[in-house]
Amino acid sequence: MSGPHVAAIGVDAGSTTCKVVAVTAEGGVAGWRLERGLPRVEEQTAMLLDDLLRDHPVAAGRVPIVATGYGRRLVRRAERAVTEITCHARGVFHATGHGGTLLDVGGQDSKVIQIAPDGRVVDFAMNDKCAAGTGRFLEHTAARLDVPLEELGPRSCAARREQAISSTCTVFAESEIISLLAHGVPVDGILRGLHRSLVSRLVAMVRTLGVRPPVMLSGGVAQNSAVRAMLAEDLGVRVEVPAHPQLMGALGAALLALGPPGDGAA
Amino acid sequence: MTLPAQITYAMGYGLVGRAALWRQRRKEERAIRARWEREQDGAVAPPLLASARMKELMSRHYLQARYAPGVRKVAWVTSGAPVEVLQALDFLLIYPENHAALCGARRKAVDMCVEAEHAGYSRDLCSYARTDIGTALSGKAPVTRIPKPDLLFCCTNICQTVLYWYRVLAHHFEVPLVLIDTPFLFEAAQPHQVEYVKQQIEAAIPVAERVAGRQLSFPRLRQIVASSRQASELWLAVLNRAQHRPAPISAFDGFINMGPIVDLRGEPETVRFYETLLAEVDQRIAAGIGAVRNERLRVLWDNLPIWYRIGWLSGLLAKRGVSIVASDYTYAWGELAPMMDPERPIESAAQVYLHPILNRSTGEKLRSMRRMVQDFHCDGVILHSDRSCKPYSLGQIAQRDRLANDVGVPSFLLEADHSDSRAFSEEQAGNRLEAFVELMEMRQ
Repeated sequence: MSGPHVAAIGVDAGSTTCKVVAVTAEGGVAGWRLERGLPRVEEQTAMLLDDLLRDHPVAAGRVPIVATGYGRRLVRRAERAVTEITCHARGVFHATGHGGTLLDVGGQDSKVIQIAPDGRVVDFAMNDKCAAGTGRFLEHTAARLDVPLEELGPRSCAARREQAISSTCTVFAESEIISLLAHGVPVDGILRGLHRSLVSRLVAMVRTLGVRPPVMLSGGVAQNSAVRAMLAEDLGVRVEVPAHPQLMGALGAALLALGPPGDGAA
Repeated sequence: MTLPAQITYAMGYGLVGRAALWRQRRKEERAIRARWEREQDGAVAPPLLASARMKELMSRHYLQARYAPGVRKVAWVTSGAPVEVLQALDFLLIYPENHAALCGARRKAVDMCVEAEHAGYSRDLCSYARTDIGTALSGKAPVTRIPKPDLLFCCTNICQTVLYWYRVLAHHFEVPLVLIDTPFLFEAAQPHQVEYVKQQIEAAIPVAERVAGRQLSFPRLRQIVASSRQASELWLAVLNRAQHRPAPISAFDGFINMGPIVDLRGEPETVRFYETLLAEVDQRIAAGIGAVRNERLRVLWDNLPIWYRIGWLSGLLAKRGVSIVASDYTYAWGELAPMMDPERPIESAAQVYLHPILNRSTGEKLRSMRRMVQDFHCDGVILHSDRSCKPYSLGQIAQRDRLANDVGVPSFLLEADHSDSRAFSEEQAGNRLEAFVELMEMRQ
């Protein structure tokens, strides 16, 4: 057991991955864990928490825990459940040190959050009842093309041609891919088109709230270089990605567990 | 009017039914009183005692309807129709929209929608229309049996769907259809628009008289308009009491208790019911009782309710100290009361029925919402983006932006449908509502 003392923990039981972040009394990251989400949320988060605490010394007494994500109510050891909107805003504000427009693209939903200069959430919007504007869209269609997730971004960026995909619906896009493959269209061009399709949905959602720079990107999809590049291209602004964009929800939850400054606010 | 039907009516409704409903009401009142004793610390206050009376009135209405064929003429009417003329001719009025809402609240609407969809009606059509058409075509009675119409009376001041919906009904039932066309108001009503509606109401009278088999009595009409106005004024007073902190009633209480003002306005009993309700609400104010026990945040609701999730929504919000204190939907049946004039029953009806919120511009609706945010001291606005009600949902994205950015009140678009639960995702809606509550909390 070594490293800085853990003063609070945040758990983000998301739809695709499960994240745990421990912070010190000063708000610095003491340690973290990230795993693909399992159906048994309760057991998985308990295991990740124990594993993290084994490696990091605890500051004093009981460590406060805040849970977020779709499985937040199943994290029994958490004192409080807070939605991803508040947690992501808090985490990103802490990581970047400024407000602006945050786009969080997760596995099951995507959200735009406007953050005030003092870190408070001013407004938010989420995708409608559809997987089209989420990480699931890429995951699903990439599986059809037999391309590993980590190769999606680089191969799309490197594609010489962009094949327009007219369907924004995940299911229809899959049928379209089958048809394009049958016509001999190169896989990388289709991949690039799929990214464009996703990004156009995201841009439309950002515009419903209005673009207030700087624009920041978090969530698992932020690791995809093609999404980052296309967003910047289509929005006409630089897109800032914090280090560990997938951990922002759990980091925000941990900071909320730490208490002031900002009980729910910044 | 047939003798056997009259006997059945007198026995079934007059003798047995009314007494049974009266007993039922007493039982429910006892149950509500017991809840007040028992539930001292629930997030939501127990129901209003008057709601037992409301149930009795509405059940009595539907019971009367069941025995009406052969005794009273039945008219099916839209919710914003100038019904006072029909009441003066002693029609029994059936509101298919109210019946569809009842089906929604009892979670029977989807079955009826499916009946209509199987007959070829699109799922994009309003779920009230599908519920009603499905009920008519299938002949099923999922909640209560409603009698066939002798007359259809449709007014386009709430939407254009009713025009086609009532044509379907006219074709199916082979009965006369009266249509009152109300020009959409982009600004204040012009005299020629009022005259246009007035002439249509006047032209409808002989048709209704022919079906009713009697002549319209103007003294009776004036009496009904006076009752209608009185009930509407009382309803408005009840709703405005929610300007108090804590709000003694919530919009959910409004949704539940609006049945009589929609279906039974013009009846003396409706006036008495809202007098009783107002007195009870005043008692709550005097005792400092809020509809939400620990009221911390006050919210305005835009659009129709989500009938099949009223309890869930009310509980979820109340646990966080959120009270939905007002709704522009329930307000619609009260705000036009001052326009009703018993001395000029037809002309004032033309004025009143030109002005429902849905027949006015989106800018006018925004102005109403801004006023309500101020009058009811709201910390936020929930705009129900209702897949079924296009006219109500039109312009909501811009209205939400204006409220959030110009007025500075947190505003949130909630996607659902008033009756078709297939267009609603509880997990997503709940998650977003919680995020919205957190946003409002941060503002405090």
